[in-house]
Amino acid sequence: MTNIQVSTKINGDNCEFLCRPEETLLEVLRDRMGLTGTKEGCASGDCGACSVMLDDRLVCSCLVLGAEAQGRQVDTIEGMADGGELHPLQRNFIEHAALQCGICTPGFLIAAKALLDKNPDPTETEVRYWLAGNLCRCTGYDKIVRAVLHTAEEMRGTELG
Amino acid sequence: MAKIDRLEKTDGFRVVGTRPDRPDGVDKVTGRARFGADTFAPGMLIGKVLRSPHPHARIVSIDTTKAMALHGVKAIVTAQDFGEVPRAHKATLHNVMAHGKALYEGHAVAAVAAADVSIARKAVKLIDVEYEILPHVTDVDAAMAQDAPLLHEDNFTSGIDPKPEKPSNIDSFSEFGHGNIEDGFAKADIILEREFTTEAAHQGYIEPHACLATFSEDGNSEIWCTTQGHFLVRDTCAALLDIAESRLRVTASEIGGGFGGKTVVYLEPLALALSRKTGRPVKMVMSRSEVFRATGPTSSSSMRVKIGVTNDGKITAGDAHLNYQSGAFGGFIAMLGAMCAYACYSLENVRATGDEVLTNRPMQASYRAPGAPIINFAVESVIDELAGKLGIDPIDFRLMNAAKEGDRSSYGPKYDQIGLVKTLESARDHPHYQAPVAEGQARGMAVGFWFNFGGLTSISLNVNTDGTVTVSVGRPDIGGSRAAMCQMAAEALGIPYENVRTIIADTSSLGFNDTTDGSRTTFANGLAIIRAAQGAILEMCGRVAKIWDIPQDAVEWVDGFAKPCGPNAGDFEPMGIAEIARKTAQTGGPIAGHHEVNAEGAGVSFSAHIADVKVDEETGCTQICRYTVVQDAGKAIHPSYVEGQYQGGAVQGIGWALNEGYIYGDDGIMQNPGFLDYRMPVCSDVPMIEAKIIEIPNKGHPYGVRGVGETSIVPPLATIANAICSATGIRMTQIPMAPPVLLKAIEEHKKG
Repeated sequence: MTNIQVSTKINGDNCEFLCRPEETLLEVLRDRMGLTGTKEGCASGDCGACSVMLDDRLVCSCLVLGAEAQGRQVDTIEGMADGGELHPLQRNFIEHAALQCGICTPGFLIAAKALLDKNPDPTETEVRYWLAGNLCRCTGYDKIVRAVLHTAEEMRGTELG
Repeated sequence: MAKIDRLEKTDGFRVVGTRPDRPDGVDKVTGRARFGADTFAPGMLIGKVLRSPHPHARIVSIDTTKAMALHGVKAIVTAQDFGEVPRAHKATLHNVMAHGKALYEGHAVAAVAAADVSIARKAVKLIDVEYEILPHVTDVDAAMAQDAPLLHEDNFTSGIDPKPEKPSNIDSFSEFGHGNIEDGFAKADIILEREFTTEAAHQGYIEPHACLATFSEDGNSEIWCTTQGHFLVRDTCAALLDIAESRLRVTASEIGGGFGGKTVVYLEPLALALSRKTGRPVKMVMSRSEVFRATGPTSSSSMRVKIGVTNDGKITAGDAHLNYQSGAFGGFIAMLGAMCAYACYSLENVRATGDEVLTNRPMQASYRAPGAPIINFAVESVIDELAGKLGIDPIDFRLMNAAKEGDRSSYGPKYDQIGLVKTLESARDHPHYQAPVAEGQARGMAVGFWFNFGGLTSISLNVNTDGTVTVSVGRPDIGGSRAAMCQMAAEALGIPYENVRTIIADTSSLGFNDTTDGSRTTFANGLAIIRAAQGAILEMCGRVAKIWDIPQDAVEWVDGFAKPCGPNAGDFEPMGIAEIARKTAQTGGPIAGHHEVNAEGAGVSFSAHIADVKVDEETGCTQICRYTVVQDAGKAIHPSYVEGQYQGGAVQGIGWALNEGYIYGDDGIMQNPGFLDYRMPVCSDVPMIEAKIIEIPNKGHPYGVRGVGETSIVPPLATIANAICSATGIRMTQIPMAPPVLLKAIEEHKKG
């Protein structure tokens, strides 16, 4: 089967790859680009561990074909920190002990950032429903929700000066 | 001997009890941490498993000709590629790869290594297996019937004297208790006897099983894998492939959840066998469907519980029988369940018996406090019903019968210092229990027990030349334990938390370590770290004595510094660890401490849970409105991660209580092997989980630590069942209490 050549942008960098027609964006990121921060938990769009941004949209990369990245912008967990400085969500996840094993953490961070980009002042209920597409088996979600709410508050404070 | 800070303490902590950032935090929020599937090797092949589509079938023949002819296929292994193994490893081998019969849908029949994943998937489909389909059984009670299809024709129930004459699906029987049950029931004013069933729940870790195995021509092999115990992986794989343990080095990746489910090998021996056959590294990763169909889960069960009580609220006797379904191979979970059944209560007459029952389901694996939540659901439901009949507050009723220090436990040993009464009192006094129940809601509570374990432990602690410290431990960090290890080392040495780094060493770097399970890691590693630190301190005091040219016993260690002890010892400036470390070349070489122990004295723990629920009588859906966990930690080293264990265990229990369960059709095929249909709790299903830490020190640990990982999953099933009963008047005897099940019960209840 002929491979497809794809030109895309990942975490701000132009890149090209070849992939099989049926290969998912998740497989491309992990197995071809070495970006293993995006995790496979189910490969059926039910757990959110593979969450990435495709242009401005939060997607499960296991449900996107690699070929669909042509001409688009993909943002993964590896691009979330600004150089050596963690994104406030990343820092607060550590400070609030919002991870135990850490396998779901990249997906939660991508999803939470997508929420805060759209809604800088979410209620607890809004956080819980937005993150309902991401499974965490360790934490019971309590500290994740607190970390996201605290980050939102902190970032609003920053923006207000 | 130099004098050092007292090793054992229950107060005056400097680092223990604080909440520092975990040392692996940045790696895990940036995607840098490497989990099981996150590694690659040059020349690597991809392995895939062919699994039985039948729940029970004789394997007549396996023809690999077509698959091997596919371009890119390098090797196929079947049962024939494994030799005889010691008896203790037979079940593991036969689970890893079907021998003669496929015993459950999903049972591995062959494995392929190919140049890439797409070829491997195609090759698996080209393997031609001829099956003779056999009758199957997946239900625990049906499996115990006289005419049930037999899984193993040579299985005679163990634990019964005399040995049964006929083989059966009952793998083993166990019994615990003391006193005289009949006498106890004769003294009772009220006797309740109830029957319960529960369905199997999966551990549900988000990271599927994954490994990379490399077998070298010189006989030295390596495995990288996601596991709760890499020493267990090493020893098991070495036995299954008949290689020396010294020749196999296993490195544990970061682990994406386990909860008991990663205490068993599945892929590792197959990958190693494929690597041996091809001379290439072989990587294998399970799909989610494979995880559901071929790993874990916990037992399903049927149980009978009978409790007698006097009118003034004293329990006179407790009896229970547990039938736990253990999958295609035997287990020990009914035994653990029987031991836990009445562990919360001080009883003169108690008996609990358990049968491990073979069925055509995946081999049961431990799941967080294995066996305990199931029987706890049954016993705590009856306890709740009795409290109601007596008109006594449920917590007061439990307090009236609670186990205390010095009591003989229902499973045998006498209790040492335990925190059950304090835990119950704290639950009773908690703002949640004191608050009025909100309109439209109802409240339930239950209490639970788990043993906690210690076990084989080997650690080393190296003082680096700049005075920082590296601790090597041999148990994977599954929930932030490296932070607690660093804290205990820093506390014992008197140095800052930031100056200690803890790593998970591979199997060639330390002596054998028991698996990260049984809530043992913080207890057993911690105990060994504190003692290793003591060894390093003594060595450092000796070096300083040499530098100062005074006797070793004239040097003492205080707050991270060597000091002359008393004016007679001489007038020297205190010397810190950095200075001592810098001078090691002149004083005798590197400084280290190590400790090897079979750690005993893991203190048991108790957990009391309170839930407020709302039941939608039109849909049968139960909403958790408020939830509180009160649990004894002995000493919380890092309180945030202790709270995390309480919260996580509670939510797993909520999922098991309300939704999770294996669904089988008459065809013996699991119908919900994915996260859409096997529905675990999501963020919007649960409220914040209030976590209250009680600290009754465990005398078996220098800082009083008890394990905290498992007890929190024990009470939720009963807690929620009791709350549902308060809400609806219906005593649910079946788990999960999923909306269709509860709705049916509500409709029947309304009909009267």
